[in-house]
Amino acid sequence: MQGFAYEAPSSLDALRARLAAAQGAGELTQVLAGGTDLLVQMKQGQRAPGLILDIKRVGETQALTVDGESLTIGASVPAAKAKAFPLVAEAFPGLAHAIDLIGSSQIQGRASLGGNLCNASPAGDTIPALIANGFEAQILTAGGLRTLPVEAFVTGVGKNALASGEVLLALKAPVPGPRSGDAYQRFTPRTEMDIAVVGVGARLTLDDAGVIASARIALGAVAPQAFLAEAAGAALVGTRGEPEALEAAAAAAMAAAKPISDKRGSADFRRRICGVLVKRVVAQALERCTTGGAK
Amino acid sequence: MKVHVQTEVNGEAVEFLCDPTTTLLEVLRDNLGLRGSKEGCGTGDCGACSVELDGALACSCLILAAETQGRSVATAGLQCGVCTPGIVVAAKHLLEQDPNPTEEAVRYFLAGNLCRCTGYDKIIRAVLDAAAEMRGEAA
Ligand SMILES: Cc1cc2nc3c(=O)[nH]c(=O)nc-3n(C[C@H](O)[C@H](O)[C@H](O)COP(=O)(O)OP(=O)(O)OC[C@H]3O[C@@H](n4cnc5c(N)ncnc54)[C@H](O)[C@@H]3O)c2cc1C
Ligand code: FES
Repeated sequence: MQGFAYEAPSSLDALRARLAAAQGAGELTQVLAGGTDLLVQMKQGQRAPGLILDIKRVGETQALTVDGESLTIGASVPAAKAKAFPLVAEAFPGLAHAIDLIGSSQIQGRASLGGNLCNASPAGDTIPALIANGFEAQILTAGGLRTLPVEAFVTGVGKNALASGEVLLALKAPVPGPRSGDAYQRFTPRTEMDIAVVGVGARLTLDDAGVIASARIALGAVAPQAFLAEAAGAALVGTRGEPEALEAAAAAAMAAAKPISDKRGSADFRRRICGVLVKRVVAQALERCTTGGAK
Repeated sequence: MKVHVQTEVNGEAVEFLCDPTTTLLEVLRDNLGLRGSKEGCGTGDCGACSVELDGALACSCLILAAETQGRSVATAGLQCGVCTPGIVVAAKHLLEQDPNPTEEAVRYFLAGNLCRCTGYDKIIRAVLDAAAEMRGEAA
């Protein structure tokens, strides 16, 4: 790895001050959370920052809290901790599964959701699950805080909406009410230690008559960034998730997908798998709406 | 500029100077002479470098030594077997969480530890045997 300075500020104010100073001095700065993407990229010479700012000692990035209506996951909370948090496991089983798919047990000891999101790989497993669940990104700016929905945070392959000097602090979502369920599934050639060829996340909520009142479907690895497939969700609202409704949602998702062909699969293959996964994920989320959640 | 780090390794206080680019794995092996942890890949794929950092299972090849200031690190000490020390750390971590894992659970949990010799069968059986022994059942 090329030389760099390492600093680990221990408060929000210290972090903000260090970011401002680095920006003023034109220092190429890279935030460090779990390092499972960053260290690999530095070892491979893809990134050569002058300053590494480790954010794990800033308490706000390690938060894992519920305050009545919302769940907050600090940007540097490791996957192993996030997926075991009772509310995540019970009310967000789809997100918990997406977290559990990241790498191995070792990788999950360090990998954060914030890192998965900021790294903005088209195949990042938690991103579709975060989008489907309506998470917003809480961003530390020079002057204060700003928020962005996760679907607006990822802007391209490896690109996010953070301006220079900004840091992702936490991810926040409403705690789901009754008759609501989420799911995430990905397709990979191997069952473990592989990268999604397609990933699909969904969050559905039923009205008290069992009709789908809201549906958010998010697609990963079929475009430069994960995105909300609004037409696929709209095709489900007002239905009970009958086979025709699932077909319509799958068709809408396939139409919205813009996959590439590479060694992991052709564009045509990815588009078809996307349709199959949308049907499976919606069926699983629907079942969780009535059984009340966890796996 | 060198970083001065005070931390704890296998229960003992240690202190070292390192370059910011040095990984924990390099410090364990080269500064502290703890050669149980191995470098198989250097990129988080093989698990031969597994350690516990403040009780969390992690790959020491993807940890900067500077990050361990004030933390505690646990390794497994073995002179031979490229994959074994990493597997021992990971298996210990699993059995502390789940004293009675199914064979499938052990296989999934250890999916990030590569072994090129055994075909995994003996490893999985050893973990299940250890679990039975720790529960006080005859193995
Ligand atoms: C063996 C292996 C297997 C893997 N398998 C998977 C997998 O199956 N699925 C998957 O999705 N990923 C996988 N990954 C990738 C990686 O583990 C995840 O993307 C992980 O969530 C990254 O989190 P991190 O905390 O380690 O991020 P880091 O490496 O610390 O950071 C990643 C990037 O985001 C930036 N960053 C991090 N946090 C912030 C912040 N708060 N604000 C601003 N910028 C920030 C960093 O500067 C860096 O550019 C794997 C990696 C390895 C090594
Ligand atoms: S050497 Fe660290 S995972 Fe292979």
